[in-house]
Amino acid sequence: MIPDVLIEYQSEIWVSIGETFIMVGFAILAALLVGLPIGTFLFLCRKGQLLENQIAFSSLNLIVNLIRSFPFLLLVIFMIPFTRFVMGTAIGTAAATVPMMIIASAHYSRLVEQSLLDAPKGVLEAAVSMGASIKDIIFKFLYVEARSALVLSMTTSTISFISYSTIMGVVGGGGIGDFAIRYGYQQFRTDLMIYVIIIILVFVQFIQYAGITLARKIDKR
Amino acid sequence: MITLHNVSKQFESFEAIKDVSLSIKSGEIYGIIGASGAGKSTLIRMMNYIERPDEGSVVIDGEALDQVKHKRIRHIRQSLAMVFQGYNLVGNKTVYDNVAVPLELSKVPKRDRAERVLESLRFVGLETLKNQYPGQLSGGQKQRVAIARALVNNPSVLLCDEPTSSLDPNTTAEVLDVLKRINERLGVTIVIVSHEMEVIKSLCQRVTVMADGQVYDTVENNPTGVQHMEHSAAGFVERLRSGGDANDS
Repeated sequence: MIPDVLIEYQSEIWVSIGETFIMVGFAILAALLVGLPIGTFLFLCRKGQLLENQIAFSSLNLIVNLIRSFPFLLLVIFMIPFTRFVMGTAIGTAAATVPMMIIASAHYSRLVEQSLLDAPKGVLEAAVSMGASIKDIIFKFLYVEARSALVLSMTTSTISFISYSTIMGVVGGGGIGDFAIRYGYQQFRTDLMIYVIIIILVFVQFIQYAGITLARKIDKR
Repeated sequence: MITLHNVSKQFESFEAIKDVSLSIKSGEIYGIIGASGAGKSTLIRMMNYIERPDEGSVVIDGEALDQVKHKRIRHIRQSLAMVFQGYNLVGNKTVYDNVAVPLELSKVPKRDRAERVLESLRFVGLETLKNQYPGQLSGGQKQRVAIARALVNNPSVLLCDEPTSSLDPNTTAEVLDVLKRINERLGVTIVIVSHEMEVIKSLCQRVTVMADGQVYDTVENNPTGVQHMEHSAAGFVERLRSGGDANDS
C-alpha cells in the first residue's frame, strides 16, 4: 500500500515534516500574536471606524504592503542579516522561523482587517452606545461577530504558510518542500517528488476542510 | 434631563443639524418626527454623544458632555440606553447573552446577572426564547430583545431611533406597547425618533417636528397640537415643493 520509496526514506520524511510543523507552527503563533492585533488596529484606524487615524493607518498599511509585496524568496535572503542578529545564525530551521514569522504577521494582519468588516457596523454602534471601552468592543463584539471570517482567514493563511515554508531550504530550513526538491527533483527521483507533493496536498485539504467545518460550526448568524 | 443648546453638525459640506435647542423632561415620552434626511437620527445620537456636535452643548442631568472626560461619557451612556431600527443584536450570541452584555460591561458580578437578564426578558415577554439566536427570531421579537438589552441596566432614559420602522403594523403595536409600559411602570424617560406620524401620535406627550436639520415646531400631543403639527409639516412640504427655503419662516 505504501510505496517502497517512501518507506526507504521514511526517517528523512518524518524529520522534514517535523521541520515544516515547526516553521508553520511559529508562523501561526506570530499571526495570532502579532498579525491579529495589527490587523485589528488597521481596521479600527480606517476611515469612519472607531479609532479613525489616517496617519497611523497609512504608515502601518505601507509596512504591511511592503512586506507582502516582496517575493518571499528574496525577503528571506534580504532578511539574513536581521535573522543573524536575532538568532545568532541565519541557517537552520530555527533561523528560518524568523522570516516565516514576519511574513505570517503581515499576511494575516491584512486578512484580519478584511475579516473584521464582517462585523455589522450597527453592532459596533450599539456597543459604543452601551458605553463599551475599545477593549470590550474588540473582544465582546468585533471578534464575536467576525469569528467565522477570522477562522477562514487563518485557514487561508496557514495554507500560504505551508507554501512559503517549501522554499526555506535556501537557508537550510529544511521542511517537506525542501525534501521534495533535494531528494526528489535533484536526485531524479520524480516518483518520490510526486509522493511528497501528494502528502502536502493531503495536508492542505485537511486544513481547508477543518477550517471550513469550524467556521460553519461557530457561525450562528 | 436632556438639554441640547444650539447644537450644529456638519458632514463634509452637508449641514445635518443647524442650531437646534430642545429640552427633554424627566419621565416624559418625547417624539422627534421628520422626513428622512431631516437630521433626527443625528440629533438623537448627539444625546449620548455617539455623534458629537460641532457647536453647541449637550447637557445630561446638569453635566455638559463637552466638559467631562471620555470615561465619564462611557459611564453616562450606560444610563442612556439606545434602541435602533436595525436591532443591532450580536448575531453570534444567544438572546440571553445579548441581554447580559450591558451587565458584563458595567461589571455586575456574574451571579447577579441571571436574575436581572430573566427579569428583563420577562418584561418584554420573551423569557422562553432565551437560548435562541437572533437569526431565529422575527423582527418584532428581535426588537423586543434589543429593548430587554436596553432595560437590563436600569437606564433612566431610552433613546429609540426609528424602533418600529422595519416592522409590520401588528408588531409595531407590540413594540409600542412595551415602550409605553416601560415609561409607565419603570418611569423611564423615552425619546423616540420616527418618520411615522401614527407612532408618534400613539406614544408621545411632546413632539418636535424637524425639517432640513432644524426644529420646525414643538407641540403637545393633543388634538390642537397634532393639528398644528400636521399642518406645519404639510405646510413645510408644500413650501419645499414650491422651491422655497425652510429658513424663510
